[in-house]
Amino acid sequence: MSGAVAARIKRRSPLPYLFLAPTFVLLVVLTGYPLVRLLVMSTQKYGRAQVFGAPPEFVGLANYRAVLTDPTFWTVLARSAVFCVVNVAITMALGMLVALLLTKLGKFMRLTVTVGLLLAWAMPALTAIVIWGWMFDTQYGVLNWLLSAAGMNMLGHSWLIQPISFFFVATVVITWQSIPFVAFTLYAGLTQVPEELIEAAELDGASAFQRFRLITYPLLRPVIMLLTMLSVIWDLRVFTQIFALQDAGGITAKTSTIGVYIYQLGVAQGRFDTGSAIAVILVVIMLAVSFVYVRQVIQEDVS
Amino acid sequence: MSAALDFPASPLEGVARASQRSVAAGRGRTRKRVQRVLFTVAGLVVFVVSVFPVYWMVSTALLPNRKIRSVDPTFAPISPTLDNFRTVLKRDTQFPFLDALRVSLSVTTVAVAVALVIGLLAALAITRFTFLGRRGFIFLIIAIQMLPGEAMIISLFRLLDGWHLTNTVLGLSAVYVAAVLPFTIWTLRGFVAGIPVELEEAAMIDGCSRLRSFRSITLPLIGPGLVATGVFAFIQAWNEFVLALVLMNRPDHLTLPVWLRSFRQVNSGTDWGAIMAGSTLMTIPVIVFFLFVQGRMASGLVSGAVKG
Repeated sequence: MSGAVAARIKRRSPLPYLFLAPTFVLLVVLTGYPLVRLLVMSTQKYGRAQVFGAPPEFVGLANYRAVLTDPTFWTVLARSAVFCVVNVAITMALGMLVALLLTKLGKFMRLTVTVGLLLAWAMPALTAIVIWGWMFDTQYGVLNWLLSAAGMNMLGHSWLIQPISFFFVATVVITWQSIPFVAFTLYAGLTQVPEELIEAAELDGASAFQRFRLITYPLLRPVIMLLTMLSVIWDLRVFTQIFALQDAGGITAKTSTIGVYIYQLGVAQGRFDTGSAIAVILVVIMLAVSFVYVRQVIQEDVS
Repeated sequence: MSAALDFPASPLEGVARASQRSVAAGRGRTRKRVQRVLFTVAGLVVFVVSVFPVYWMVSTALLPNRKIRSVDPTFAPISPTLDNFRTVLKRDTQFPFLDALRVSLSVTTVAVAVALVIGLLAALAITRFTFLGRRGFIFLIIAIQMLPGEAMIISLFRLLDGWHLTNTVLGLSAVYVAAVLPFTIWTLRGFVAGIPVELEEAAMIDGCSRLRSFRSITLPLIGPGLVATGVFAFIQAWNEFVLALVLMNRPDHLTLPVWLRSFRQVNSGTDWGAIMAGSTLMTIPVIVFFLFVQGRMASGLVSGAVKG
């Protein structure tokens, strides 16, 4: 690697800046500028009247004060956090089990399972939620039919009108779609664990669980950390699934996560000021959460 | 470590141990067989759970409406019909599918093409040059990648609205370029770094100009990387929902994901057959592309992370 660094010629050439210029301009205009406007709007009184031309008035941190003293905000934030933790835990646990299973399967079964996982992974999030919504349908849903056939009286049961079962459906869809990526990545990691180590431990009488805890887990730790990190980032900002389920007849008030809440305030109700304040808070939370990930990626670049 | 401790103290003990081991091995073999069956069953369960929803989408799309609206579900479309697909493709609906398809295709194509060109230049800059601000730039694009789109919807909407760019292909594709660019740069960087700079230098020593050596050496080698990155970017843009929902709201200017949602809202007695047909049409390109590039994603992540 150091040879390549030494080979990077023309140290003072303007060329790299020229190459970066289009990216820079684009990101400044379409990410930087909106971000600045978001910050500004979050310190203004900005509602429907301002959209139609009334000059916005600066109110300092009043919007933030309003948000942070609003119990609804804290409820929504706590709900997002709990939902995220539950989904990440399920995704990681099941993903690990599927990855371990893949190492135990014969060639044919492994290919079969791989194709199945790929299909689930490839589904667009919205399509996935639409299909699961159809399978969970109150009247014609195949799941109510199956559960009734199995002896439970579920015909006509509505899944989306109670927060707990609403989030159960959301969790089913989200984990169904995120397990494949986790499983594939962990499987790729597992194939790199030296077999001799496992065999030696087996001869020494280590149980399957001990072998996993003492050999596989420590070796896979970097991958597991990275995947957990990415899953937290993805699940904390879940929007499409929750939004679409609310659309399909779920209750809005008790099921909004933070992204959906921003949409409801800022876009649907036109309260751009408080919506912006929450958006800024979300950006800060996301950057804090992803700090570990960003640092790891940058360290990789150095090594 | 424990090998020394295991060493038999006397030859006899060694024999005793060996025979113990072969009994254990016999028991182990039946246990292995039972395990194999259990694993295969578990594999089948994973397969069915993964595939069933996809199967159910296609199967429902192929059923006539009276079969869909029946209390007992039909598990196999014995006499399939294309009626639902015809309903979806009809032009005179309130939210025409073909318009959504056209919008999705143009937005995605423009976004991917522009992101690839700009992204390749940036990737070359950070892999082939050392310059002041390089690390800062890398930090910036990774941090930007972490910005939640949901947080940006308000200001992006106000911005595009102010420039009269809502409900335009130009506006949405520009937003999508910005959204996929950091990821594009980072992925392309990996591919460019994989091509030894010495190849280019050799060509330059042979008298090629820098540009020419890049065009005739590096560009062909990076082809597969461009394709893979482009496909990933395509899938992201094709599936994007939040921004399209807010920035495109005229009935003939929806993207496919937003179209799918509107379609459902309009018919109070939801036409599930048509929705499933629309979902199928929207998903086919994604699955085709996905099968094409999937291997690179997981293995790429691992090769970076396991090293340490």
